[in-house]
Amino acid sequence: MTIDSDYGVPTVAIHTDKFERAVRSVARVNGIPYARVAFVPQPVMGKTAAELRAYVDGIDPITRRPVMREVIEGLTRPLTPQELTEGSFERSTPRYVDPGTEDELRALFEANAWTDYLPIVLPTEERVAAMLKGTSRRPDEVVGHLRPTAFREYWQLPVEKVAVNAVMAGARPEDLPVILALVATGVTARPSTTSSAAAMAVVNGPIRHELGMNFGTGALGPHNRANSVIGRAWGLASQNGQGGSTPGLTYLGSQGNNYAYNCLTFAENEEASPWEPLHVQKGFDARTSTVSAFSGCRSTAFTLGLREKHWREHVRNLLLGIDPHEYPTLVLDPITARQFVDRGGFDTREKLLDWIYETARMPASQYWDYQLIQNYVYPRATYGEEPYATMLRASPGDLVPMFLRDDINVVVVGGETNGYWRIIGAHYGKTVSIDDWR
Amino acid sequence: MAERITVLNPMGYPPRVARRPMAPRIESLDGKRVFLVDARFDDSDLFLKQMQEWFAENMPSVRTEFVQMSSVYLRDDPATWKRIREEGDAAIIGVGH
Repeated sequence: MTIDSDYGVPTVAIHTDKFERAVRSVARVNGIPYARVAFVPQPVMGKTAAELRAYVDGIDPITRRPVMREVIEGLTRPLTPQELTEGSFERSTPRYVDPGTEDELRALFEANAWTDYLPIVLPTEERVAAMLKGTSRRPDEVVGHLRPTAFREYWQLPVEKVAVNAVMAGARPEDLPVILALVATGVTARPSTTSSAAAMAVVNGPIRHELGMNFGTGALGPHNRANSVIGRAWGLASQNGQGGSTPGLTYLGSQGNNYAYNCLTFAENEEASPWEPLHVQKGFDARTSTVSAFSGCRSTAFTLGLREKHWREHVRNLLLGIDPHEYPTLVLDPITARQFVDRGGFDTREKLLDWIYETARMPASQYWDYQLIQNYVYPRATYGEEPYATMLRASPGDLVPMFLRDDINVVVVGGETNGYWRIIGAHYGKTVSIDDWR
Repeated sequence: MAERITVLNPMGYPPRVARRPMAPRIESLDGKRVFLVDARFDDSDLFLKQMQEWFAENMPSVRTEFVQMSSVYLRDDPATWKRIREEGDAAIIGVGH
């Protein structure tokens, strides 16, 4: 769209048919509602030259006209008065929903895709007012801006809108500062990506105890009120705050992601960890309460403990099971965290992260052939961006790092019922002070 | 009869949308230079190469040039857009998803 509107070059964009609604919607919110486009079948990836030629020779699956006719006419057909229209328009969101019975309103919220299709608490004025007592911030104060994808526009979330979604999720006023801090990270818990991403939240500091959060047995499961509702509220605030998370329109995850129900929300087991807490590593004082937002969360690998003889190889095997375009976050039961200290001498987080970085390597030829590396890293390497440009010069058999050192994280959580641990492909976004939102 | 209640709307606030102008179209592609811009996503280069062959076979008067975006499709690419504006007449970009 940029080359057409900002550089004056008549352009037609080719898309695959599964994205028609999203393409037209993105064009509309970017100010070019009649952008000239043509569609071919999905997928393009993995097709032979003959199959792709058939796409070119074939029919646009949306308009049912020849693809090349759409392309040529898109470049040559004069602009219509409708396409030449200029101006702008405001959009807004009413503060209230039209009155209705509880059943009617629940049906309306589901019809509008404002829920996660689990039961919600209806956000009456009284309930929202009570929720707002959980923060000293003004209801109209802007908490953050969210969007489902880089192609879409940022929507604005004031405190009151976050409180409305917190009520819906079943949160209590004392949970609100955590939810506000999560929105303030700017990380959406409802990303639109076709890769079916979710989000993860790690709470640190004294508020873990104040809210009775679980960082022990079952912390990542549905066994604690605060863990459950804080993550759910982040999810609802994200989908509603950013303008939706509707399949085919503002959500395109092909398979979806069950982690999205409560956004993997838990507290770190600081007391049983052999290392400084996550938020201290990220630059905060240990007495500050914080929440760290992660995104991705598509992959999970797991094993039990660290065996004396081959633990290094076992960890490497686990890392090789993750797509190299993921971001490994080690989620360790305290038993395994201490084993990493005992087996490897990693008496700081940094030493463990250094070792993981050095261990996660694969032959360059395999690395560069991953589809996601081709899509998102190879173009950056050819652009000259380091360290990828240097990695691209490696010989095919040379071992190259799968991940950037700064993209690796470790969190300690669990009740020590056993030494199971996982690597979740969770991309660290930002840590925000919860105390600032009290 | 069930009581009617009032609740708050959970949606955030969207920004204003400003219309952006579209480039004037060209009358014909005959003799024109058309850039085929690879978005570098999911084998889009292979698709555009097939489209380039189609032009060569069916509209040989059209001069096509295959060009790749400088980096990932998520990033703006002013250098490429500027080059196309200076050297080309039209562009076909793909394949988006």
